[in-house]
Amino acid sequence: MTNEAVILTQALTKSYGHAEAVRGLSLSVGRNRITAFLGRNGAGKSTTIKMLLGMIRPTAGSGTVLGKQIANTGENREVRQRVAYVAEDKPLYGYMTVEQTIRFFSSFYPDWRRDVERKLLHDYELPLQRKVKMLSKGMRTKLALLLAFARRPDLLILDEPSEGLDPVGIEYLLQVLVALSADGVSIFFSSHQIAEVERVADHVCILEKGRLLVDASLDQLRQFYRRIDLVFPFSPPEGEFRISGVERIQTSGHQMSVFASRNAEAVIERARDLNVVSVEIAPVGLRDIFLETVKEN
Amino acid sequence: MFFKLTPTTGQPLYLQLMQQIRHGAETGALHDGDQLPGIRTLAEELVVSPNTVAKAYSELEHEGLLELRQGSGAFVCVKRRTRSLADQVQVARHRIRDLIERLREDGLLDEEIRRAFEAELLYPAEIVTRR
Repeated sequence: MTNEAVILTQALTKSYGHAEAVRGLSLSVGRNRITAFLGRNGAGKSTTIKMLLGMIRPTAGSGTVLGKQIANTGENREVRQRVAYVAEDKPLYGYMTVEQTIRFFSSFYPDWRRDVERKLLHDYELPLQRKVKMLSKGMRTKLALLLAFARRPDLLILDEPSEGLDPVGIEYLLQVLVALSADGVSIFFSSHQIAEVERVADHVCILEKGRLLVDASLDQLRQFYRRIDLVFPFSPPEGEFRISGVERIQTSGHQMSVFASRNAEAVIERARDLNVVSVEIAPVGLRDIFLETVKEN
Repeated sequence: MFFKLTPTTGQPLYLQLMQQIRHGAETGALHDGDQLPGIRTLAEELVVSPNTVAKAYSELEHEGLLELRQGSGAFVCVKRRTRSLADQVQVARHRIRDLIERLREDGLLDEEIRRAFEAELLYPAEIVTRR
């Protein structure tokens, strides 16, 4: 089945004292998809990812990764063989060279992909003999990505993978993500780079203050999110436009700007009933969707 | 054939890809029997999710414009229907030209006409694609 979930959580919550880092998160990440996880710093993305990997325990709620319970230590260990994870801080051994690091990691994985390793060593221009502690931030990121990509995982979880990469590095990263996805790897990655998300992701989840605010396919977002700018012969009544799908209304004199996640047709219908003078409809990019969503809450 | 997908327009990427392939067939940039890149190759080239390419190909196969052969890729089949579509587009162009001329005579500025067109196009598009 292609639409079964590789990650599934129910009311997942993590509190630190009185502060709730993640609040009742119900997430479903589809198999064979590229899913992006967006949110501001401190929105709870890394906390969520660490709970999924069994690195920290949820305060409440439950979840499965590849069908295994995240809070069950035994099941969790099993799942880690099939999930590759690249953390924000890449924990590597500083005293090893790049080559030693690759040999060391590859020895744990029987499915190690020598072809992927070779391609990335070439693309990323990694210096084989250099010690890890002497690598730049970008190089460390590239090495960590290589180690995750060559493992042939079922699920790849990346926390800010493009952090520290230059534009060329980001392009290589995206290409590898696409290639892995074509091989059937499910991908879940958090990011701040909206432009890259907009290109490669099938699905996007937006987290803000520990809560899931948007959970939709990019096709849906492109098709239904609209900004509608209206001009009336009088000051328009905002109340008339508070219908389902309307996320935000701004008025200024005779002008009104409506931000809708769906139902744009109904908004226009209403405007016409009120003798609207001018209607402008524009699609809304992911960047604006993100900003509006975060602003509204 | 070159494809150019724009992530920020209000149209799913798979639809953009479908339109460009269709347009290629209508204009003669793609001929009957031409082979398109495999899903993986095209996805890597465009740096989009393979699902985007797969969806576009399978919808076009459904429309009869592509034939997907197991293991060997996607092939264009331009039948008479596509030709007649090209003719329809020609006719439509003339009608649009006439309409725009009349609107200009009515004193509308090009900017206003463009806006009106865009508004109308974006509006029913969601109903049409929801079928």
